[in-house]
Amino acid sequence: MELELRGITKRFPGVVANDDISLTARSGKVLALIGENGAGKSTLMNILSGLYTADSGEIIIDGVVQHFKDPGDAIAAGIGMVHQHFMLVPVFTVAENVVLGVEPTVLGTVLNQKKARTEVRDISRKYGLAVDPDALVETLPVGIQQRVEIIKVLLRGAQILVFDEPTAVLTPQEVEEFFGIVRELQGRGATIIFITHKLKEALAIADDIVVLRGGKVVGTANPATATPEQLASMMVGRDISLTVDKSASAPGARVLELDGVTMVDDYGRPLLDAITMHVDAGEIVGIAGIQGNGQTELVEAITGLLQLAEGAIRFQGADITRTTPRERHEMGIAHVPEDRNHVGMVGTFTVAENLILDSYYGQPYSKGIRLRPEAIDTSARTLVEEFDVRPPIIENTGSALSGGNAQKMIVAREFSRDVPLVVCAQPTRGIDVGSIEYIHEQIVRKRDEGKAILIVSTELDEIFALSDRILVMFDGRIVAERRPSDTTPAEIGLFMAGRQA
Amino acid sequence: MSDTRVTPAGPDMPEESYAYSEKRTRELTKGQVRRARILGVVMLVLAAAVVLLLIPGTTGVATFDLSLSDEQVQLAPLAIPSTGALYILAMVLAFLGATQFFRGFQGKATIILGISFGVFVIAVMIWATAGEQFNLTSMLVSTVARSTPIALGALSGILCERAGVVNIGIEGMLLGGAFTGVVFGSLIGGWVGLLAATIVGGILALLLAVLAINFRVDQIIIGVVINLLILSLTSFLTAQLLVEKPEWNDAPIFPAIKIPILGDIPILGPVLFDQTIMVYAMYVLIGLTTWFLFRTRWGLRTRAVGENPRAADSLGVSVYKTRYLAVIYGGMVGGFAGAWFTLGTVGRFDEGMTGGRGFIGLAAMIFGAWNPIGAFAAALIFGFSDSLQQKLAIIETPIPGEFLAMAPYLVTIIVVAGLVGRVRPPAADGQPYEKQ
Repeated sequence: MELELRGITKRFPGVVANDDISLTARSGKVLALIGENGAGKSTLMNILSGLYTADSGEIIIDGVVQHFKDPGDAIAAGIGMVHQHFMLVPVFTVAENVVLGVEPTVLGTVLNQKKARTEVRDISRKYGLAVDPDALVETLPVGIQQRVEIIKVLLRGAQILVFDEPTAVLTPQEVEEFFGIVRELQGRGATIIFITHKLKEALAIADDIVVLRGGKVVGTANPATATPEQLASMMVGRDISLTVDKSASAPGARVLELDGVTMVDDYGRPLLDAITMHVDAGEIVGIAGIQGNGQTELVEAITGLLQLAEGAIRFQGADITRTTPRERHEMGIAHVPEDRNHVGMVGTFTVAENLILDSYYGQPYSKGIRLRPEAIDTSARTLVEEFDVRPPIIENTGSALSGGNAQKMIVAREFSRDVPLVVCAQPTRGIDVGSIEYIHEQIVRKRDEGKAILIVSTELDEIFALSDRILVMFDGRIVAERRPSDTTPAEIGLFMAGRQA
Repeated sequence: MSDTRVTPAGPDMPEESYAYSEKRTRELTKGQVRRARILGVVMLVLAAAVVLLLIPGTTGVATFDLSLSDEQVQLAPLAIPSTGALYILAMVLAFLGATQFFRGFQGKATIILGISFGVFVIAVMIWATAGEQFNLTSMLVSTVARSTPIALGALSGILCERAGVVNIGIEGMLLGGAFTGVVFGSLIGGWVGLLAATIVGGILALLLAVLAINFRVDQIIIGVVINLLILSLTSFLTAQLLVEKPEWNDAPIFPAIKIPILGDIPILGPVLFDQTIMVYAMYVLIGLTTWFLFRTRWGLRTRAVGENPRAADSLGVSVYKTRYLAVIYGGMVGGFAGAWFTLGTVGRFDEGMTGGRGFIGLAAMIFGAWNPIGAFAAALIFGFSDSLQQKLAIIETPIPGEFLAMAPYLVTIIVVAGLVGRVRPPAADGQPYEKQ
């Protein structure tokens, strides 16, 4: 089926999320829709899937204008969405998830579990999507959960499949498998729309590429001839360097040392399992791993937000296992948390207030019980300038900033202190390419100043670009240690999936 | 999260390429050891309580009657020498406690703790009955009867919460049902009273649904408001209406109906099968709702909107409609349960007569892990403590009546704080769904 969008426009209070977007997805081809966060990709997809209604414009399938009032209409028209955040019920089985909404029943009431299983198996077999219909979804790895999502849309007869950032949570091997699935679907005549910000993947799989920026289509590209740099420039609107320039590291004294650090969850299962590692001055250590393998807990153990069950943490030789987060902060551990909006800042506070969240109680920002607004504002203006936070208005609230600028604000707060250790969790998740470039430069600069840097990222490209040493986490353990020069993303990907070193 | 187990692939599925870590056996952490020790100490304290508090001064034989006086087959009463029995029970408790303290029952610790409480309760019953007679069957009959509004209240909560709406207004629904039931029951008849109570429960639930689902008001606040509103409204109406017109507050009581054959089984017969229509309705509702929730399309969709409403919405399942249905059904169950207090027992309404049973129902819901059958089992425990305190008050134990009256609430606290393992509520419980 061929899908055409003509002049789609969608406004939200204060923004035009989609501005006169027109594009065509050809039958049996893969269309990659690329653009930064906030470029309007998700809005467009929500319009396609019937979750939003466009203010103007037309959706045309095989020459017929469609009117979607709800997701049911879009499904009926043959559009199937595979959302970035899976639309699955974790406590249901695969079969229950797949048939929800189109349940096979006896007498219109009683669930026909057997038929549901058969339906899943049939599609599994037809498209080579191996999955056990009786498995509970919460026990499955993300790669398999994604298959469940695909089976879900196929069962509903989708012939236009829309994938929203499908590779964001996958290991490199899973990405390969996923591409295999896409080619299989394509071979059966399905129309694929692939939304991504990963340029290499768009180039690898797409037949057509459409670039969005600021809610508008800013260009198209031919994957056979385009380069990642060209696409990045189109996405951002200026020239972009995708590689991080950095010299070889010169590690110095030991700054952070973890010895048998163990943490358990409420059920007594290990979240961190005897982690022993170290970070030296003047080096960037990157923790690779699929989300949820203990990285969050590791960072919170180091920064003191979570208590250990066992093990010890040493900072510049001193045992800090039993110290509070504030003590560690004052000893010189900076922390860029992974959850920018909820942990990194207070959305309703101003930029100036957010910039002193960690130091409001001392000189020069307060005197006795009184804050000193002049000192706070002066320092905030300098930081906003220095770290390129846009717009540079310190009276704005934190939540008014875009993701990239909010992150720059947090980086400004944490990096402006002269401390020996910086812990950055997901430093560039979901932010624009321009801000990524800037934050990466700052991280490398810190290292060159002789600071110890610990980076946690689920983006393997980022790990390879920044790290001097890569540690891979799986299931609460460090399963491998490599230098970027001695390994490949493919090898790290295997460790991320649980292979033992 | 890290507990990734190997999911067996179907017979015709290729092996998965994922390497899973084998589940590692680990030593207990300090926290777990401490918890095991605490549980052991609790059991030892129970043993000490039996020895120090119950045994001194207790003599004679505790006689437990097992048959009601009107039964055809009369079982011989159970005569237990009290002192000897108490020593044995104390030893059992001490043994369990010591084992738990030094070795630990690990996964079974919670069950053992539950058993210990049970043993302790038996000890108290023997102590209280020493030298007297106590009709055990009669107490169990009243256990089942008294657990009825609790089980139905829990069911009301389960229906709402499985769909993602927190209902702490059960107490108000019970009270509203009790009041409406008595007025309509007095004026027209018991069945009409039952129907009216059910409708009033449904109307209150509609209020909850509109505010919670459409207006996304904090669901805890709505529940509190419903409770306060009904408490004051029924008090007001009682003072203004029922006091003036006592004939409005004099409803017929549903009689116990004995089910043929089943009702003649010793002990079980009178306890389970010689009850009022409301108790039978409770059995049916529990069974039917379990089946509905876990075997039908409606149930799957209800649970889906309670776990991940956005997923349901993206598949064309109407989140609002599904939630409305579940909440209103839940409210009707609550109103129906309320009628038990008047039409099922005394036939007259007193201010605040539900006495927190709606909240105990909530506790039963949690203890039963949001499952109707589990909640019913939990309700039986609460009903037991409720009826035990009544019977003990009658045979005049040395425990002051005020303390006995606290028993159901104490049991609630113990059960919820100590015995409830970590049960998982529906993931979207209490979260309003905003359609984009």
